Amino acid sequence: MSAYNPTVARLTYRALLGRRRALTLCVLPALLLAVAVAVRAMVGADDDVTAELLGGFALATMVPLIGVIAGTGAIGPEIDDGSVVYLLAKPLKRSTIVSTKLIVAIGVTVVFSAVPTLVAGFVLNGNSQQLAVAYAVAAAVASVAYSALFLLLGTVSRHAVVIGLVYALVWETLFGSLVPGARTLSVQQWALALAERIGGDGMITSDVGLPLAVVLLAAVTAGGAWWAGQKLRTLTLAGEG
Amino acid sequence: MTTLTIDRTSRWFGNVVAVNDVTMEISPGVTGLLGPNGAGKSTLIHMMGGFLAPSTGSVTLDGAPIWRNEKAYHEIGLVPEREGMYDFLKGHEFVLANAELHGLADPGAAARRALATVDMEHAQDRRISTYSKGMRQRVKMASALVHDPSVLLLDEPFNGMDPRQRMHLMDLLRKMGDDGRTVLFSSHILEEVEQLASHIEVIVAGRHAASGNFRKIRRLMTDRPHRYLVRSSDDRALAAALIADPSTAGIEVDLGEHALRVQAVDFTRFTELLPRVAREQGIRLHTVSPSDESLESVFSYLVAA
Repeated sequence: MSAYNPTVARLTYRALLGRRRALTLCVLPALLLAVAVAVRAMVGADDDVTAELLGGFALATMVPLIGVIAGTGAIGPEIDDGSVVYLLAKPLKRSTIVSTKLIVAIGVTVVFSAVPTLVAGFVLNGNSQQLAVAYAVAAAVASVAYSALFLLLGTVSRHAVVIGLVYALVWETLFGSLVPGARTLSVQQWALALAERIGGDGMITSDVGLPLAVVLLAAVTAGGAWWAGQKLRTLTLAGEG
Repeated sequence: MTTLTIDRTSRWFGNVVAVNDVTMEISPGVTGLLGPNGAGKSTLIHMMGGFLAPSTGSVTLDGAPIWRNEKAYHEIGLVPEREGMYDFLKGHEFVLANAELHGLADPGAAARRALATVDMEHAQDRRISTYSKGMRQRVKMASALVHDPSVLLLDEPFNGMDPRQRMHLMDLLRKMGDDGRTVLFSSHILEEVEQLASHIEVIVAGRHAASGNFRKIRRLMTDRPHRYLVRSSDDRALAAALIADPSTAGIEVDLGEHALRVQAVDFTRFTELLPRVAREQGIRLHTVSPSDESLESVFSYLVAA
């Protein structure tokens, strides 16, 4: 059994990129690009402003929000309306279903968050100090961890989107920037540890060392995917009598 | 030839027992799983479909447990009760996706065949979101049939269908049963089961209440004491004449209701007796209504029997 089933992927893509959801996914990247163009036009190329916009908005807010939409959306609605039955009642490993959905969620999150981050970085300062690449890589890495985390959330709770939003906004954005202790347990900080290596000297800082960050990112991704697979193996569909 | 075996199976949720020590064998042909709402039919079907673990006992398909056994789905086709089914897809795309998920050699041909079987080719290029209830049900059927399963499980398949669609689906299921497939459908409506099933399993309050062909179940139901509420121009005279006949076992004069409560033990004889006696005595009948014809009371009788 492989880790990827093209039919499961196709169904997931089409559910995720249905008209309304695709529009939601486009709002934040469009906003980022619009702000980037406006800032460049008014302020000109400025490394500090670039770092602030890419770090404070793109990585801290946009990536987790896109992650919530793609991660929970890749499986939550199917469980809610019962259509997941058509995937489960097949001679198909449940772990294959989860890994396929994870790959799709990661793909969508990267396309709608890391790619716009890269483009915005180039628009803002032409990748001076490697800022565009650094933040785009951080966004891509964070996309992987968020997707796994929110996919798991989608299998665990009916209120995945709300919980995911609270996590993304309150924990990552607020605590992650304000409370020092919380930062160690923040996907954003782990991703920043990578960006720190790529970006110009002192431009990007993380509270977490790179080795620990890599271990934590891998652990969250693998753990989230594994646990989601377990949830799906024992998913009971006895919603009504 | 595929046989589903449920062996001393119970399933509880917290401290609610949904299925209580049920043992039954579902063989090829059409079997109706009959019971009132909330009797545990869905729980039983979910266990047969591998979506719920038995708390105790076992549910097996030709000897192999179904729970946590993806391979069982090569043999099982499932028509769930819930409506969720990728509404953004066209009918054909949905059935094709199901064929692909089964890993069929030629999913396109299988999907076309299944759609033809349920007579849905004319609407296969429309989105599922535009379908009527009956059309959705048929596409669900097609998705369950696409891999030519030997077992077909249907949870309340006739719910919300109009009479024509109902007849169409019944014909289809009858044909499947005649082909030697094991077809099991649940219903809380006696007539549906009567028309379609060659074998009936009755579930009441989580227990296996009765099992047999329709004649046997019908006999259990008609041979039971029937209760009637009767209002007439002269209740006491009518009561005296009725109690003289062996087809009645008891009559109560309900003063509050101004009516008779009659318990009949011979259903056929009593239905002839009542109008005859009334005519002979010159008594007008105002009301004759069975007071316990609801399915639940029939079921509760079956359970007590």
